[in-house]
Amino acid sequence: MAYVTQSEPESPAHSGSGDPELEARFLELIDADERIEPTDWMPERYRSTLIRQIAQHAHSEIIGMQPEGAWLTRAPSLRRKAILTAKVQDEAGHGLYLYGAAETLGIDRSELLDRLHTGRQKYSSIFNYPTPTWADIGAIGWLVDGAAIMNQVPLCRCSYGPYARAMIRICKEESFHQRQGYQIMMTLAQGSADQHRMAQDALDRWWWPSIMMFGPSDAASIHSSQNTRWGIKRFSNDEIRQRFIDSTVPQAELIGLTIPDPDLTWNAERGSYDYGEIDWDEFNRVIAGDGPCNAERIERRVTAHEDGSWVREAALAHAEKERARREEVAA
Amino acid sequence: MQTPLLTFILRQGDRSLVLAQRLLEYITRSPEIEEDMALSNIALDLIGQARILYTYAGEFEGLGHDEDHFAFQRDPDQFLSPILVERPNTDFAHVIVRQFLHDAFAVPLWARLAVSSDTTLAGLGAKASKEAAYHLRHSSAWVIRLGDGTDESHERACDALNALWPCTEELFEIDEIDAELFTAGVSPDPTALRGEWDRTVDEVLAAATLTRPVPPTPAVTGGLSGLHEDDFDRLIGEMQELARAHPGVEW
Repeated sequence: MAYVTQSEPESPAHSGSGDPELEARFLELIDADERIEPTDWMPERYRSTLIRQIAQHAHSEIIGMQPEGAWLTRAPSLRRKAILTAKVQDEAGHGLYLYGAAETLGIDRSELLDRLHTGRQKYSSIFNYPTPTWADIGAIGWLVDGAAIMNQVPLCRCSYGPYARAMIRICKEESFHQRQGYQIMMTLAQGSADQHRMAQDALDRWWWPSIMMFGPSDAASIHSSQNTRWGIKRFSNDEIRQRFIDSTVPQAELIGLTIPDPDLTWNAERGSYDYGEIDWDEFNRVIAGDGPCNAERIERRVTAHEDGSWVREAALAHAEKERARREEVAA
Repeated sequence: MQTPLLTFILRQGDRSLVLAQRLLEYITRSPEIEEDMALSNIALDLIGQARILYTYAGEFEGLGHDEDHFAFQRDPDQFLSPILVERPNTDFAHVIVRQFLHDAFAVPLWARLAVSSDTTLAGLGAKASKEAAYHLRHSSAWVIRLGDGTDESHERACDALNALWPCTEELFEIDEIDAELFTAGVSPDPTALRGEWDRTVDEVLAAATLTRPVPPTPAVTGGLSGLHEDDFDRLIGEMQELARAHPGVEW
């Protein structure tokens, strides 16, 4: 597939950026909780924010296939192998819907992939952690997909129509992913002593990175207020993080696992759990590219893409020959 | 000593599972995200076929073995899959040509098993023939794209075809097991399968501007009796590693 390099798109149809009347109409739609559609006028920054967010989400689905993909060949039963294969397949599908949603904003997938491959766009840093044991597959489903659902359910009501609609379908599948992950953890936690240890070890490693997935605390979040005004963000990072912790702690207790946070206590007054301080230095380190698997993840993606270039060229060449043959017949 | 029917069931289950295992090694390495999705979908169908066959093998054998016993507790030389499906993912052309040569065989096999005198195999045949027809559509379309695409893709498709061709003879091998089951109306006549396979292969290779390799190349066989190539122990070892490290537990 040919590479088209382009800067942030500026479609002539939307060149009225800064027009107060158009902007007022746009905000009216948002205030009325209506959806913005691809052909509607929108501020350029709304467009570029959505491109960045949707692309990052799509990239996360695609990169997220790798830590789980490592266990496709080693899943310990045929049933688990089939479920994991279906899950990884769903993730490829989610990536495709999301790239499709981003393309409605006037940018193409090859450009987005190029930005991923060259480090100009990011993916969720959670996928820079390794998956050394089978329990990691359980922990990813339970915690990582669980956290993703908390983040994504509000996005089903996001102001941008194509993104909101993609999220509705994605959330249904994510909820199946979360359940299968919890079920793996439950089976391990209630299995042999070795299996229980494996489950606790995975929870110990994934807990903090999972609660970091909601992003910086509200005080430090740079994109929040504008995104809230534009109906892209409905709840703050800390609100969703709290909701996740409150629903996950009893799930851990139910299967006899311990959350690795000595400061975790029920606060009856707030009706929520108080939790320990998050190590934001680690978060920033992993985002900056210094996580355990950053280089490996991007290298696999870039290698697959480069190794596949002759295949994409072949598909284009064949399509071109077919077109020429059809025209010859028609002439 | 396995009965002919048990051997037949395991050969089909092992063929599906070993091919799925190879496809799963390739996921996240595809040239396009669409291919990761398609190949994982195909692998999922193949795992499903293997599960039905292994469950049936366990019932038929009557020793209390479940599907996972056959996948995880047998040694590599007890796997009765043809060599074709264990061939490595050398490049996308090998992945696709391997799939195509297999699918062109699987479509008539399952279609004929759908009318087997064995009701379990007939039920599976009806389900799997639909799946295999989709797999064949996918792999044929890619063989044509690669063969008719660029000089490089044509050359890679030729290399894959020449490398894999000697393994196709084994798909139609007839031993006393096949002869007995064929006579009993359980399994299809391998000769009839070959005719259909030849037609599909010739048609697709022609559209792909690829030349059918000309014998004599010595046929590569042995898989159906448990004699595999060098990488097979590693392939099966990786699949079984975790399950065997924790015997008797639930997952």
